[in-house]
Amino acid sequence: MPDIELKNISRFICSEINLKVNDGELMVILGPSGSGKTTLLNVIAGLTEYSGSVAFDGKNMDGVDSSQRKIGYLFQQLVLFPHMDVRKNIAYSLELRHIPPDQIESRVDELLRLTKIKHLSSRYPKHLSGGEKQRVALARALAPSPEVLLLDEPLSSLDLQTAKYLRMELRQFQKTLGITTIYVTHDLSEAEEIADRIAIVHNGSLQQVATPDEVFFFPGNSTVSDFLGTPNILDCQSCRELEQGVIEADCGSISVIVAHEGNSINRIAFLPRDIFLSENRPPGPGVNRFEGHITDIRYTDDAVRVDVDVNGQKLVSEVPYHLFEDMELVPGKKVYLILKLRRIRVYDCNCPTNQYPTHARSSGPTKCNHTFDTCVEN
Amino acid sequence: MAKIKSVLTKLKPGWGLVPIIAFLLIWEVVARLNWVPGQFHFPAFSEVVREFVNLSSTGVLGDNFAASLLRVMVGLIAGSMAGMVLGVIMGWNEIAHKALNPLISLFLPIPPLGWLPLLMLWVGINNWLPITIIFISSFFPILYNTVAGIKSIDKDYVKVSRTLGASDFKILTTVVMPLALPIIFTGLRLNAGQAWRVVIAAEMVAIPTGIGALMLRAESLIRIDIIIVCLIVLAVMTYIFDKIFGYFERRVTARWY
Repeated sequence: MPDIELKNISRFICSEINLKVNDGELMVILGPSGSGKTTLLNVIAGLTEYSGSVAFDGKNMDGVDSSQRKIGYLFQQLVLFPHMDVRKNIAYSLELRHIPPDQIESRVDELLRLTKIKHLSSRYPKHLSGGEKQRVALARALAPSPEVLLLDEPLSSLDLQTAKYLRMELRQFQKTLGITTIYVTHDLSEAEEIADRIAIVHNGSLQQVATPDEVFFFPGNSTVSDFLGTPNILDCQSCRELEQGVIEADCGSISVIVAHEGNSINRIAFLPRDIFLSENRPPGPGVNRFEGHITDIRYTDDAVRVDVDVNGQKLVSEVPYHLFEDMELVPGKKVYLILKLRRIRVYDCNCPTNQYPTHARSSGPTKCNHTFDTCVEN
Repeated sequence: MAKIKSVLTKLKPGWGLVPIIAFLLIWEVVARLNWVPGQFHFPAFSEVVREFVNLSSTGVLGDNFAASLLRVMVGLIAGSMAGMVLGVIMGWNEIAHKALNPLISLFLPIPPLGWLPLLMLWVGINNWLPITIIFISSFFPILYNTVAGIKSIDKDYVKVSRTLGASDFKILTTVVMPLALPIIFTGLRLNAGQAWRVVIAAEMVAIPTGIGALMLRAESLIRIDIIIVCLIVLAVMTYIFDKIFGYFERRVTARWY
């Protein structure tokens, strides 16, 4: 399967985008609505004009019609042909290639089995559920054995449970077939679940390309950090195992207990919305509970962000407006914070204490390979 | 109660006939009692049926009906085909649309019968006159609907077909045109009714044969019964044409639309 290289791509909002997707990789393009994600897919598919260049395995594709680019494209709305039954939908691309009917039959049967929709073969799309449509669209896209798979928020119309299940299946197909895949979404958790690497796009420009962990623990800039929800990221100097799967980590001036299977922790991160803020000392054991003073209060669209100084360590908590109105929070006031244990994310790259993987702060394609030679002094 | 309901449900398909039968009965009674105002005798339904049998047995109705039917069929098929072909070209090709749309917009509002005086001079008073008028009356609605049908198709269908390896021609014939069929059929059904209206008018004005001409002759002889026979034939034919196109529409699109 080819690698994909975009050089200086500009189209609509997209401006001077450079991106390389490796052979067999699943790259997620992540960004808010209107950031240019779908435009990038259309550029790769050759469905829109653009400036810059697109290469598959180093071969320039700029003048190549989309029908000749060997791509499978799953559109957001899936766009199954309503006038064809499931079998005809899947066979469509094969019939265009004048493949003998018996070979078409066997290929369609194979795809029906792969996507587990053999029992739906004679149904029309209007009689299919959202999940079933998604499977048919995937089978149709895979029918001509594409070398590149482009997925434009294909699960956005499904309920969370079905979407999660299909996402895992999709990932499995992708790994089995080894097909180079670009998956567009605006959902961070979806991206983290499925991606080899994530490319974050904002306002038409590429902000960061890294593994899911690296994006979260080493956001390349404030735009990325904002998109992630401005997580609290703490460097950890040491840690000790309290019991199997429970570790106490010293991160800056505070000690945090985290659930983690491993013997080292480089960083921890948690979102402001995952810290409870209270004016009164909370009852119960003192695990992950801190006392501090408010240093700043900021008002955002969705909630109020409160900066709290805990023994010299700044933590940001998020308080919904309706709760904030009932509290009397002012800078300098003493408050108590509770970290949700299960929401604390741990970064463990096996680097020694006070060292970081070299690639983590760049936007290069390197994945954390769990070896010491990628670590450098802080 | 449940029994009554089940009987009513069984009767349901035939219920549409009830108002028609009631109307005919009222008509029969009102006409026989001479309750219809006006100086001419208004025939009862039974008299109309008698005249229908009479006209049918003498072949007068059959000859005139055949003449009208032939004109309608030729004009309707030719006009619809031409409208569809040009509609597909305009709907698919933006340059053709931009070039032809202003002209079409100019001609579209002209009522089909408005062409009659001009066509009497150009085509002459013969069989081709009503055929040409029907052609014009069929051409524009189907053209309009075909363009609208093709343009209304989500562009993602075209994109996905392209990524699956389809050429422009294949996209047009295997995806775009089938998807535009429901709207095209709406145009065809409208055309069918329009064709019968137009042929009658054309025959009344200029042609000595056909249902329209028969009606005009009946009018000059003050034969209201014959006029009503012709009107019923027209209503039935328009209804049958609509049902025929409806049948084909269902055959083609019901499974998926």
